Amino acid sequence: MKSLSTTVANLPASGIRKFFDLVAEMDDVISLGVGEPDFVTPWRVREAAIHSLEQGRTTYTSNYGLLELRDAISQLSVSRYGVAYNPRNEVLVTVGVSEGLDAAFRAILNPGDEVLVPEPCYVSYAPCVMFAGGIPVPVPTSAADGFKVRADKLSRYITPNTKAILLSYPTNPTGAVMGRQELQDVVDVACANDLYILTDEIYDRLSYDAPHVCVASLAGARERTILLNGFSKAYAMTGWRIGYVCAPAPIVEAMMKIHQYTMLCAPITSQIAALEAIRNGERDVADMVDDYDRRRRMFVAGLNRVGVPCELPGGAFYAFPNIEHTGLDASTFAERLLQQERVLVVPGDVFGPGGTGHVRCCYATAPKLLEEAIVRIGRFVETLS
Amino acid sequence: MSVTISDLEEQFLKSIESSARLTDDQLATMLGCDVSTVLDIRVRLESLGVIAGYRTRIRWETVTSPPVESFIDLAVQPERGYGYDRIADRIKQFPEVVSVHLVTGSQDLRVVVRGQTMQDVASFVAERLATIDGVRGTATRFVLKCYKQEGDAFARPGNDERLAVTP
Repeated sequence: MKSLSTTVANLPASGIRKFFDLVAEMDDVISLGVGEPDFVTPWRVREAAIHSLEQGRTTYTSNYGLLELRDAISQLSVSRYGVAYNPRNEVLVTVGVSEGLDAAFRAILNPGDEVLVPEPCYVSYAPCVMFAGGIPVPVPTSAADGFKVRADKLSRYITPNTKAILLSYPTNPTGAVMGRQELQDVVDVACANDLYILTDEIYDRLSYDAPHVCVASLAGARERTILLNGFSKAYAMTGWRIGYVCAPAPIVEAMMKIHQYTMLCAPITSQIAALEAIRNGERDVADMVDDYDRRRRMFVAGLNRVGVPCELPGGAFYAFPNIEHTGLDASTFAERLLQQERVLVVPGDVFGPGGTGHVRCCYATAPKLLEEAIVRIGRFVETLS
Repeated sequence: MSVTISDLEEQFLKSIESSARLTDDQLATMLGCDVSTVLDIRVRLESLGVIAGYRTRIRWETVTSPPVESFIDLAVQPERGYGYDRIADRIKQFPEVVSVHLVTGSQDLRVVVRGQTMQDVASFVAERLATIDGVRGTATRFVLKCYKQEGDAFARPGNDERLAVTP
C-alpha cells in the first residue's frame, strides 16, 4: 500500500497521550489536566436547545450560520470591543474555534508561507499551519516576559515568506494576558510587514485583572485581522462545538468556500444554543468568571505556600508554575506526581519549548479538590528536596 | 434594598453563600485582600443583618426517615391598625413553622410546616393554626417530593465526565 500523507506522518504524537494511558489505569486521581470548564452549560441555554429540537428545528442553516446569530455576534463585538462587522458577509459561524483556525490558515496560506506562532501555546496551532501547507515559526516567550510576545523581538523571526502572526491572549497554557500598548506594538509590526493577524480570543471573558483588549480594535488591525472566538469557555459549552470568525468580507468569503465544502454549516442546535447564550447568558458568565477568579487566587496562593513558585496568571483558567527547582524536567515531574500522589498536571513543554520547566494546572476544578491537590503537590515536592 | 455594599463585600457574600465553611484566611486569598479586611466585612455584614446566620443544609432523608413538610394556606381576617402582621408574628414563633409569607390570591398566608409524621402536621394545623383568632380557614397540601430548594437543584449527577487530559 502506498504511504500516508508525509505531513501527517511527520507530525509528532501529542505529548499528553501517554498521560491518557497512565491515568486510565488509576483511581482517585485529581485531574488538573483538563482544558475545559467544570460548569455545566447554563440551563437556559440547554433549555433553548431542547425547545428547538421539540419544535423540529433540525435542518441545515445558511453556510454562514443563522443570520440571527450572526447579528447577535456582530452586536456583541460592537458593544464589548467597539469593533463593527457586517453580519451578512463578515461573520462566519464555525464548528468551534478549531474549525475557524483550520479554515483561516487554508484561506490565507500558500505552500511555504510562514506563520509566527508565539509559544508556549495551544497544541493545535502549529499542526493546523502545517496541514494548510504553511510553516509554523515558533516565537519563544519566557516567564521573564510574563509569556507575552514582545514586538521588539519579532523582527528576527520575520522573513520574506512570513504571511501571518497568530496571537492568543489570554493564553492556554500560561494564562498570560497582554495590555493594550503591548498588543498595539505587535500590531504595528504586523502592519509594517503586511502580515495577517489571526487572534484566538476564546478566553476573552476570562481576563481577571484588566478588561480584555480585542486585537481587532487596535489601530490598523481590523483590515488584516481574523478574529476567532466561540462559546466553549465563557459559556461552558465545549461539547457543543460552536464558534465564530469575524474578518473583512474577502477573507470571510474565502473561508466560507472551505467551510461550505467541508462543514456545510455548524449544527443548528448548537447555533440556537449560542444565540440564547449571547442574549441571556450574561449573568451566568459573570457568575462563572467570579468563581474562576476566586479559585485562581486560592490555587496559586496554595502552590506558592507549598513551595511551588507560581505567578498569578491574568487570564484563562490555568496556573503555570515553575518546577525547575525540583531538579526534574516537566515531563518527569508530571509523571512522578501522578504515580506518587495521583495528581495529574500537564508538562509545559507539550505546549512548546518555552514551557520547559513548567507544568500546566487547570483550576477549573472543585475548590475541595484543589485544596487536596495542593496538599498532595506539597507532599510530593517535599520528597524531592 | 436598604444596605449599600461594596464590590468586595458582594464577592465575599457570593463566596460564602455557596460555601459557608471557607475560613477567613481562604476568603482573603480568594478575594485578594488581607484577613483583617475579611473580618471587618464579616462583622459589618453580620451587624447589618445582611448575613442572617450560618446554617447547614442537611438532607435528613438520606440517613433517617424524612420529615413531612406541608404548605398550609390560611385565610385570615386582618386587624385594624395591624393588618396581617400580628397574626403572622404569632404563627412564626412555632418551631414547627419553617416559613410564613403573606401572599396574593384567595388566601392570605402561606405557612410551611414540618413534622415527623403527617399526623403531627395535621394535629398542629387543627389544634394550633386553625384555632387562632382571625384564621377563617385552612388548606393543607402535603409535599410528596422536593425537586429544588433554596436555589439548589437536587439529584444532579456529581460525576465529572470530562476527559482527564485535554489540550
